[in-house]
Amino acid sequence: MQFFFEVLIGGLLSGVMYSLVALGFVLIYKASGVFNFAQGSMVFFAALTFVGLLEKGLGFWLALPATLAVMIVLGLVIERIVLRPLINQPQITLFMATIGLSFFIEGLAQLMWGANVRGLELGIQDEPLQWVSDVAGVNVSKFDLVAAGIAAVLVSTLAIFFSRTRIGRALRAVADDHQAALAVGIPLQQIWGIVWAVAGAVALVAGLLWGARNGVQFALTFVALKALPVLILGGFESIPGAVVGGLIVGASEKLAEVYVGPYVGGGIEGWFPYVLALLFLLVRPEGLFGEKIIRRI
Amino acid sequence: MSAALTTATAIAGDVSTAVMDLSVNNIEVIYDHVILVLKGVSLQVAQGRIVALLGANGAGKTTTLKAISNLLHAERGEVTKGAIEFRGQRVDRLTPNELVRMGVCQVMEGRHCFPHLTVEENLLTGAFTRKISRGDLKAALERVYHYFPRLKDRRTSLAGYTSGGEQQMTAVGRALMAHPSMILLDEPSMGLAPQIVAEIFEIVRSLNESEHVSFLLAEQNTMVALRIADYGYILENGRVVMDGVADDLAKNEDVKEFYLGLSTAGRKSFKDVKHYRRRKRWLA
Repeated sequence: MQFFFEVLIGGLLSGVMYSLVALGFVLIYKASGVFNFAQGSMVFFAALTFVGLLEKGLGFWLALPATLAVMIVLGLVIERIVLRPLINQPQITLFMATIGLSFFIEGLAQLMWGANVRGLELGIQDEPLQWVSDVAGVNVSKFDLVAAGIAAVLVSTLAIFFSRTRIGRALRAVADDHQAALAVGIPLQQIWGIVWAVAGAVALVAGLLWGARNGVQFALTFVALKALPVLILGGFESIPGAVVGGLIVGASEKLAEVYVGPYVGGGIEGWFPYVLALLFLLVRPEGLFGEKIIRRI
Repeated sequence: MSAALTTATAIAGDVSTAVMDLSVNNIEVIYDHVILVLKGVSLQVAQGRIVALLGANGAGKTTTLKAISNLLHAERGEVTKGAIEFRGQRVDRLTPNELVRMGVCQVMEGRHCFPHLTVEENLLTGAFTRKISRGDLKAALERVYHYFPRLKDRRTSLAGYTSGGEQQMTAVGRALMAHPSMILLDEPSMGLAPQIVAEIFEIVRSLNESEHVSFLLAEQNTMVALRIADYGYILENGRVVMDGVADDLAKNEDVKEFYLGLSTAGRKSFKDVKHYRRRKRWLA
């Protein structure tokens, strides 16, 4: 039983890391209806820029705001020169644009900082918490716990921002109905700029945590693919959905690997979430927390 | 009624001298660079008046309103000729945001509430352009609830789940939150029961009387609109074909024939009306 809980907790905590990436997708999808394929590249770009700045000799606390500024500017620039000219185009056009964008960002990151794999040290050890193992006999990684804490803070900040503030409400209004938002005087471009900037900032947080865990390398961009089942489970428009979806994916893939894996020769972890998402699509296509399509009859 | 009549004759007399909130001069609108929708529309709305913009489907009512509120751009439309002035200032190059700040707000056809926001949140988005304190925001909400008591009961429901009438009220209330001096109201009666329509028009009238908000009201429901309006314009195929004081228009034989199928000779079939209309235009 202890082993089960250890796997479960480990899975849940790693799920939080998926949620962080999914969050970036949700933000942009919610406000502009664009599925931003480049989110993974933005995560990679953020991590690489941060490490690059550290190598240049900047201290941790200098590099962090500097990278944040870079990510915000990147978000604003993307909105300004890629998405704004494509306004009123079909969704598929915007999606294709973000695919192109993802290649561009990956290339730009490597052009600026080189393609070497680098380590990233955040000063948090990936070791079991001693007192938890003593009391409950379960090993819980300190790093995972801190990551989960950061994610929790980020999510609650965003949730409050969306539900309580003037800009947050405007963001949701824009997500619902562009035309009507325009008619009441909400400047769409300004709102989209804000969303992309926030998505850039979220990419930075995800990039740092994933970079610290797996090393800063090109493979970071594939983390975004793991966010897909999270989004399908949780719903594309929901911040709580991204969190819950991440937890489900994290926990289920680890449990499946440990308990089902041996019977089929292992390696389940890689594809189990996708199968789960596929099954889920059949039952509840809008996801657990996705906005129900309100239809008047 | 007699009071309404005297004000009506008053505007009829001094259209040229009254203070104009809005004046649209001979605008032409083209969609997608090829489709000519408005072929020279001119109209004026005097301060604190209700002006009705009437006409059948596709006459250009919505396009006229969108040209004024600058929402055309989002639909690849463009004002290619003419000028639009609000209180003596050219507004045709402003963004909708700037226009709302100036006090012109549009309530779009088909309500367009934000379905996943509650009624109250919908109203609050209307105040986006006003950076005001919490207290003032609360007061603005109360003002809307004063006119639409029904919205107060439904404040926490998602707007998408409210009835058509409540959505229309939410849409008007949302515009009101911007504290506009002029509301462009597009087809408020669409898809609503006559009783609800009457209720909404009554509120429009009282808003106009007690808050001096001017309205430019696009409607297909000619008679209902003319009952509350001071002045009316009739559009056909992107042109103003007739205009006049509302009461005169309501009594006008041609209007009765064109829009109600009524004439001195009793009801006519629509086929004949159409033919008649075409011939009349030809002769004119």
